[in-house]
Amino acid sequence: MAEFHKKIERSTIGFVLAIIGVSSIGGLFEIAPLFTIDDTVEKVADMRVYTPLELAGRNIYIREGCYACHSQMIRTLRDEVERYGPYSLAAESQYDHPMLWGSKRTGPDLARVGGKYSDAWHVAHLVNPRDVVPESNMPRYAFLERKALKVEDLGGHLAAMKAVGVPYDDAMIANAPADAQGQAMPGSLMADQVAARYGDATNIRVFDGQRGVVTEMDALVAYLQILGKLTDAAHRQQQQQAALEAP
Amino acid sequence: MAMTEKDPVTGRETTGHEWNGIKELNTPIPRVVFVFLGLTFAFSLLWWALMPAWPLGASYTRGLLGADHRQDVSRALGAAQRERAAWTQEMESLPYAEIEARPDLMRVVSESGRRLFGDNCAACHGAEGRGGPGFPDLSAQLWLWGGEPETIEETLRVGINSTHEETRYGQMLAFGRDGMLSRPEIASVISFLRAHAQDVGEPDPRDAQGVEAGGAIFAEQCASCHGEDARGLKTAGAPDLTDGYWLYGGDRATLTRTLVNGRQGHMPHWEERLTLAERRILTLYVLGLKPAEGGPDDS
Repeated sequence: MAEFHKKIERSTIGFVLAIIGVSSIGGLFEIAPLFTIDDTVEKVADMRVYTPLELAGRNIYIREGCYACHSQMIRTLRDEVERYGPYSLAAESQYDHPMLWGSKRTGPDLARVGGKYSDAWHVAHLVNPRDVVPESNMPRYAFLERKALKVEDLGGHLAAMKAVGVPYDDAMIANAPADAQGQAMPGSLMADQVAARYGDATNIRVFDGQRGVVTEMDALVAYLQILGKLTDAAHRQQQQQAALEAP
Repeated sequence: MAMTEKDPVTGRETTGHEWNGIKELNTPIPRVVFVFLGLTFAFSLLWWALMPAWPLGASYTRGLLGADHRQDVSRALGAAQRERAAWTQEMESLPYAEIEARPDLMRVVSESGRRLFGDNCAACHGAEGRGGPGFPDLSAQLWLWGGEPETIEETLRVGINSTHEETRYGQMLAFGRDGMLSRPEIASVISFLRAHAQDVGEPDPRDAQGVEAGGAIFAEQCASCHGEDARGLKTAGAPDLTDGYWLYGGDRATLTRTLVNGRQGHMPHWEERLTLAERRILTLYVLGLKPAEGGPDDS
């Protein structure tokens, strides 16, 4: 053993390869098998994709670093489930590239914030969090309301998501800019197209309260309002488990 | 390489390396390190058997203990539910008057209610329920849809202008934007309203203009929802315009915005998020909210 060590220590390339080999053991055993194990990501039939407007909102969420203070991961702990709702399933973030589970909560978890508050509240809160939550230390994001959303490149964003496995079809990619605007313009022809392509359950509203102009605020609120709503799988799973636990 | 050179002081061999005359002793690793290393390996063998550990292609070894975080949390939730069963059933089935007469249940209302209100309602209505512009002050105990506990419970269940199928639906029309009233007409309706409301804040020189004309327009355009006497209509969620409480603001500028663009507040529905017992606890909790003494808002 000592002889082998002496030999390998004196061969630079060999020693580097040995270090790489040893330090990858953890990953090989803990991460690699997840790609072959069947139940790593639950199969859910009702999973929907982010619309272009929601995807744009998600990009703003990443750009502004929201993930640094807000997690999107309800852990399997009683207090978290009682406060936020059913624990997160892997399936729920299967179209998140990258995932935004986060690792620290300065603000609350947002995995199931969709539908919990009104659009008007989200806008008021993002403009100045202190207006609605006096003790909040969240920064203001009032400028989102004044900044028109850049929609031209959204087709490219959808295509990139498709390349990593999100099932967008060609029509969705080709019409992404129009769909992003249509979702924030209820009653328009473009809005009907959004519902046709992404399903009737899609939220089609003037998210930021300003008609006729699609802002970054529209996109971010649209994204926040869909969090936890892409599939009902977590709620179904909780009901099944509760039925098993019932006396 | 001379590996056998011995250090005269300690009697140990040196490594054979030499740096400017300094030589390193070839001290062996202490035995205790090997003992603990061995124990660690032994523990891992045991742990592999007890816990989910080894990948097997499409599956993995489940371990003898059958550890499962999802089951653990379901069990903990089930246990909590059984613990609370003593009062959840009564909270769900008893009429409100009986719950209010039971000190033990009302203690649950004040304790759990505060927690539930903080987690779910305080974001809009404020920690003490005092609301803000666009978000009703619940402590004022002035209810758009009626103040009976059953009515509030229903509002919590379906929301207002929400995505629930049975949602309460209320809308203030956009009289200006949709061309039903001209700007001077809107100004006179506002003068009429401010002349008859209990509290309008700062007086405005324009308040004296068009009060009578405004009254005529009010009777024609507004009374169907807000009532002939402007005291509101609870079945339509139309507010009382005389009580001095203004959801969006009673100044002329805000009232003009309200009349020109209309209003349609949104209260989310809680049927999916909260259980019946939790919604009934919140109903009694909000009915018990008291307005601030002295001033409004966050005293």
